[in-house]
Amino acid sequence: MFSGFMINAWQVGTIVAIVAGVVGFVVVLRGDVFAAHAVPNGAFAGAAGASVVGLSPLLGLGVFALIAALGIGVLRRFGQRDATTALVLVLSLATGSALLSQSTQYASSTYALLFGEILGVSSAHLIPLLALGATCVGAVALRWRALLLSAVTPDIASARGLRQGRLDAGFLVIVALATTMTVPVVGALLVFSLMVGPPAAARLLVSRPGRAMGLATLLSLVVLWSALVAAYETNWPVGFFVSTGSTLVYLVARRISQHGTE
Amino acid sequence: MPDALSVEHLTVTLHGRTILDDVSFSIQPGEFTGLIGSNGVGKTTLLRAILGLQPYETGTISVNGEPRDLQHAAIGYVPQKIALDSDVPLRVIDFVTLGLDAERWGLRRRSAAQRDRVAALLEAVGGAHLATKRLSELSGGEQQRVFIAHALVREPSLLLLDEPLASLDPRNVQEIVALLHRLAHEHHVAILLSAHEMNALLPVMDRVVYLTGGHCASGPTNEVVQTDVLSALYGHHVDVLQVHGRVFVIAEPNDATDNLPEHPTLTVH
Amino acid sequence: MGWFFASGLFTSPPVQVALVIGAVAATVSAVVGVLAMVRGLAFAGHALTDVAATGGSGAVLVGASPLGGFLGGALVGAGAIALAGHGPQQRRDVATGIVLSAATGLSALFLYLDATTNATTGVTQRVLFGSLFSASSSTVPVAIELGAATLLLTAVIARPLVLSSLSRELARARGIPVGVVSGVFLVTLAMAVGLSALTIGSLLSTALLVGPAAAAVRVTTRMSYALVIASGIGIVSTWLGITLAYDSYNWMPHHQSLPVSFFVVVDVVVAYGLCSLVAARRARGRRV
Repeated sequence: MFSGFMINAWQVGTIVAIVAGVVGFVVVLRGDVFAAHAVPNGAFAGAAGASVVGLSPLLGLGVFALIAALGIGVLRRFGQRDATTALVLVLSLATGSALLSQSTQYASSTYALLFGEILGVSSAHLIPLLALGATCVGAVALRWRALLLSAVTPDIASARGLRQGRLDAGFLVIVALATTMTVPVVGALLVFSLMVGPPAAARLLVSRPGRAMGLATLLSLVVLWSALVAAYETNWPVGFFVSTGSTLVYLVARRISQHGTE
Repeated sequence: MPDALSVEHLTVTLHGRTILDDVSFSIQPGEFTGLIGSNGVGKTTLLRAILGLQPYETGTISVNGEPRDLQHAAIGYVPQKIALDSDVPLRVIDFVTLGLDAERWGLRRRSAAQRDRVAALLEAVGGAHLATKRLSELSGGEQQRVFIAHALVREPSLLLLDEPLASLDPRNVQEIVALLHRLAHEHHVAILLSAHEMNALLPVMDRVVYLTGGHCASGPTNEVVQTDVLSALYGHHVDVLQVHGRVFVIAEPNDATDNLPEHPTLTVH
Repeated sequence: MGWFFASGLFTSPPVQVALVIGAVAATVSAVVGVLAMVRGLAFAGHALTDVAATGGSGAVLVGASPLGGFLGGALVGAGAIALAGHGPQQRRDVATGIVLSAATGLSALFLYLDATTNATTGVTQRVLFGSLFSASSSTVPVAIELGAATLLLTAVIARPLVLSSLSRELARARGIPVGVVSGVFLVTLAMAVGLSALTIGSLLSTALLVGPAAAAVRVTTRMSYALVIASGIGIVSTWLGITLAYDSYNWMPHHQSLPVSFFVVVDVVVAYGLCSLVAARRARGRRV
């Protein structure tokens, strides 16, 4: 399990889990759950397009995740936050499926992009992945207090001169970058599980934001590592184990926190 | 004629804390009553109990001499505020019309008489010009007027309002109070309105129900709003003054009172 | 018009089936969608579509009908979301998200098993992105009955539903059984999702549910007009999508036609964009 190609999977999985934990925590804090679901679907269209014209899927993922994120950011200003997010989401999915319908390996590549593959990222991409991950974590660390304040009390944040619109857009870009890294491994439809489950669980258990984020990252690592083991043993899709693990972690946390308050 | 509302020996416990302890009072038909008390003293809990939204340990609540459970239609309710998405496709007139029979199943065409009644009530609350506006576009004062019309369109005998004045500017406060006073007489509806400050209500209020520390004191306004009675209720000296024929309640700033749970928030306008 | 309505379009039985099912699904989704807008349930509606995908892929695995699977999945999802939480929008969204994520994981497993054990090819595409042209004609009466039942149920709960969406407290104070009403509404939502999943695939059914409704409420303040406009947008988008997909066989270089669902989604998004433009122009006109 620790030899050959699996080494690569462990390395990639670890980076992905850390980034998903950190970024996901802010997603849950800001109540941007829906966006974290929609951006990966935008990325799906990009990866599909890239594979049809023969470009690197990572490039397609990155570009389309950014487009989806910025598109959501812009459209939201015109109101109907959830509805516009939903439409961007389905449009991306539909485009992706239309593009893939023109490719010869339709079925298998659709499945891999939607639900992930252990070997979704080759070892050649390890360095760009590390760079992307460091950028995400660094950006969150840099704007940590601003993100926290504007999530908890948007009015006070505005009054203190924070530009909400720019902060929002900036954060969506971070989500897009994190998505680009995560999609090949856990799949476009399941990035969201990793970004929401462990952080939501951590928030139920710990009230101090810094510690909660630490716990979120830890839980997300546990979920992804166990998913890798389980997928290796069973040959079943890794995305299934990631989402099952995330859900379990959340349910257990909810149980514990309810006991605490009674 | 039975009491419009009668609350007897009501006790409510929330999360192991006694919020209301043996509260009793009654309201006569057509009477304007202020439910006064500082924030967190249980005004909302009391209103929710009367509305049937809050279970209670002991006590009885009756409306028009009957148990309140049989009297949904006799009680109108104006919540403090409704948060709405901006796109909800519902106009003011639709919302007031819903007040007629929102609890009924199925669809029905409105009769001309019903449409007239809705229009007349919107007119009465000074909201005729709002009829075709989106409900989500209203300001705080407009929302209150429309909610009042919604509650009254079914012709209840008792109207409950939860802090309707809390987020309004002084001019709107005066207008809403005057409006309620007028409606109480025209529609012969008893009004129970909660507020943490009574000065704005003094000109129209027939009765005060004062809530403090889980207990209540109630009586006609001119008996309760006396220097000695209020001072005893608040636990420190309170002045009742008459200026240009209007009555004001003034609490003296006093270091000792800062520690009292019932530090009054009364000021002169 | 021959170039647009390609030969055989209206005489082909699969196309006729598609047109009927599409119209039923579009109407039901539009009506339920407008009420979902009032309730702020766009996200919950979307989550149901993903749970419907689980049902659909599960149904293929055991050899049951996809419509049954979609419907069953959406109903279970509706129950889970109802249990998972009331409270502020933010908490509700997280609860909804967890349901969605668990369901998607299961879909991944079912689709994998479909492909490996049953050797069913193209099942991912069929369940997730729909294949309206392969719907059997025996589905038509079922779809019509289901659609009629959904509309009837919606009409029955309409008034209490609207009031309890505006304010739970106000509704409860009037003696409306708020829990029952929202439960029944989630059932109608699930039925709409099931029908719409049959038409454009479970992943994309959000488009018919959210798009026409969101577009309609931009251009009218009246509920009754919103219902009519939304249904109109839904039906036109679906029929146009079917026509374009049928035609695309002739345009594409390798005669590999594009999916119906793609065109339906594009139509809906275009309609939404147009309505938003109209609304924006009106707002500007009012300000001047």
